[in-house]
Formats: sequence, C-alpha cells, structure tokens
Amino acid sequence: MPKVKMPRSSPSLDMTPMVDLAFLLVTFFILTASFRNPEPVQVLTPSSTSSKLMPENSVLITISNDGRVYYNVNGFDVRKNVLQRMAKKYKIDFTAKEIEEFGKMSSIGVSMQNLAKYINTEPGMREKFPSSGIPYDSINNQLKDWIQYGWIEGATKYKEIKETAEALGKQPSIEPLRFAIKADGNANYIVVKEVIKTFTDLKIYRFNLLTNFEQGPEE
Amino acid sequence: MAELNSDSGAAGHGKKGKKRAKKQSTRVDMTPMVDLAFLLLTFFVLTSTFSKPKTMEITFPVPPENPTKQNTTLVNGYTFILTGENKVFWYQGEFKEVPKNGKPATTLTEVKFGEDLNKFLLDKNDLVVKFIKDLKKKRISKQIDDTTYKTLAIEAKAKKEAPFFVIKADDKAVYRNLIDLIDEFNICNIGKYAVTDITIGELNLLKQSIK
Repeated sequence: MPKVKMPRSSPSLDMTPMVDLAFLLVTFFILTASFRNPEPVQVLTPSSTSSKLMPENSVLITISNDGRVYYNVNGFDVRKNVLQRMAKKYKIDFTAKEIEEFGKMSSIGVSMQNLAKYINTEPGMREKFPSSGIPYDSINNQLKDWIQYGWIEGATKYKEIKETAEALGKQPSIEPLRFAIKADGNANYIVVKEVIKTFTDLKIYRFNLLTNFEQGPEE
Repeated sequence: MAELNSDSGAAGHGKKGKKRAKKQSTRVDMTPMVDLAFLLLTFFVLTSTFSKPKTMEITFPVPPENPTKQNTTLVNGYTFILTGENKVFWYQGEFKEVPKNGKPATTLTEVKFGEDLNKFLLDKNDLVVKFIKDLKKKRISKQIDDTTYKTLAIEAKAKKEAPFFVIKADDKAVYRNLIDLIDEFNICNIGKYAVTDITIGELNLLKQSIK
C-alpha cells in the first residue's frame, strides 16, 4: 500500500498582522499612559454619584483614616519654589539637590523639621518613614503655609502659561489652580473640619472633594 | 561529509562554468523584537490607569464681616446633625432650647441613611423636585435645549420657596457620613445647603437623644 502523503504546510506562519497590531497597541499605551505617583498612604475615598473629573492642576490635601494630613501640589517648578519659600519662613536650609529631589516627589506628610531627613531617604524606603502628618493645629499651622505658598506659586505659574499661550493665540495647556481634599471615608470629621477651616481662613471657599464614582438612580 | 558535499557542489557548478552568488534570504528573524513588543504591551496594559478620580464640588459659606449681627434664624429649613455609628438626626426650623413664643422646644428625630433619607428629602423638597421633573420631560421632548435646561434647573434649585438645609456634625461623625448626606442632597436636587459648626445647645440635645 502506498502511503497517503499529507500535504506538508510550513510550520512558520505569517505573523505580520499580529505584530502590527501589537505595535499599534504598544504605541497607544505608551502615549496615553500617565504614571501614578506613589502615594505615602492608602486612602479609601467614600463614593458618590458625582461624575466631575479631578482637576489636573491642584493643591491636594490627603487625610488618612487615622487623621494624618498630607500635602501635594502639581508641577516641578511650583514644588521647588514652594519649598524655597517654606525654607525661608522656617529658617531651614535645603541643598540644591534636596530641592531638586523634592520637585520630583509626590505627597508629603512630615513636618518641616523632618522634611530634609525624609527627602534624603531612598525613594523605596519612604513608605516606612515615620510620617506623622503635617501639623495643622492653630499654634503650629504648617499646613496653612504650605497651602498659601502652593496657592501663590500655582497661580503665578498658571498666569505665566496663560499669557504665553495667549500671545501665541493658543489655549493654555493647564487649568486654573483648584483645591482638592482627598479624605478617607473613615477619617474623623473633626480633622476634615480643621483642614477646611485652614482653607477658609485663607479665604478659599471652593473645594473639590475626591470621591469614588457610583451609579446614581435612573434619571 | 560537509566538505565532500560542498566539493561535489563546487564540482557541479564547475561543470557549468558559472559561479553563482549564494542567494540570501530576505527574511529577518523578528522573534526577539516581537517578544519585546509583547512584553511592553503587557507592561503598559497592566500599569495604565484610565479612570481619573471623580470629585464633588462644594462651596463653603463666606463668614459674615461682623459675626454679632449674624442672622441665625432658619425659618424654612431643616438641620441635620451627624454623629457616630452612622446616625443622623434632624429638626425643623429654628433651634429652641426651651419652649418659646408658645412653640415647644426642639426635639431631634432620627432618620436612617438610604431609602428613608431619600424619601424624606424628596418629600421636603417636593416643589423643586416636581419642577425639575417637568423640565426633564421638556428636554426629552426637545421643547428646551440643554443649556436652557441647565440654567433653569439651577434657578429652580435656588428658588426662594425651596427649603434650606444645614449640615452639622459632632466629633464622633466620620467623613463618609458627610459625603453621603451631600450626595443625597445632590440626588434630590437640593441646591441650598451649607455645612456649619454645631452649637453647645445642639450638642446637649444630641447627647440626650442618643440615650
């Protein structure tokens, strides 16, 4: 009996379309990805039906469930200038390298006295740094100064960008500065109230409270 | 063996007398590149976050210039007091520690978060809710466009006849309760509300009510 010969097909198949697609996706993800800065604390925000987006250009105050307060402001230059102002006010010297490093960081939750130590901690070890939160009591209200300087620098930066954009006849690339509070659902109301009082003392009355989106009832 | 073969091959070519250049394949092995592409793809798929956090906008009342002249009477309004264990109490109108002008002293009533609160608010804010429902119908039937709907809805919420809601909280309340209450206000089309400090009289009454 003669053997039945199977038609032999080549084991290598044409992968071009798949590779094309893979590269397309890679390009897409690279261009759209925005990296989340590592946060010093885990905060579980309560949910609401509000669907407004978080403002991109903001002074953000994070409140953890045990009542510690963290501060963050966007923008490398803004952060550096804010730190320089704070250093002047509290008469603490920072090296140029420390200021540079601070510009790259995200939320901080330490007092001015411990800030240099915190900056000099390796990025991977910062999570373990004993951060007690930024003092916000009336005697030693460092939070107020942080917010105020963040406000001044953030507003200046926005004005600059807006003016250069208008000179070129374009839309400014960033939004005006907003103030946001990201508090844990289980945070005590007293702490939130104190933070809000710090804001209202500075004559800031509009905030964005960060929440998780939750589907509301049918319209 | 190989040498032998190549020898014979050379001999074969030799017969024809022409030396042909070896044909190189045009295919390049792309496997490493594709591996890398997929590695990157996996990395970006896993690390990218699409949903930006959502926020709720809130405006706090500007404190009056001279607090002594402050008008604290709340005629057409309700005050909510938040406390621990997710409890919320309410009372209507002005706060009266003792009976005044023939009206009894204020008592607190508890209302449960969720459906109870929702029903309560819809009932109290009936006027605005009905008006907005009407507007929505008009928008769906294209009698008014989106921008007029928005301005009319904002106007309706700020109506003089609409009740005013005040939120107060004692030191046992948690932040989530505040957000839940404000969220419920937003759902029930309440535009007139404010968060203020609790008074000593209210705190005392709250203590009694919890017992």
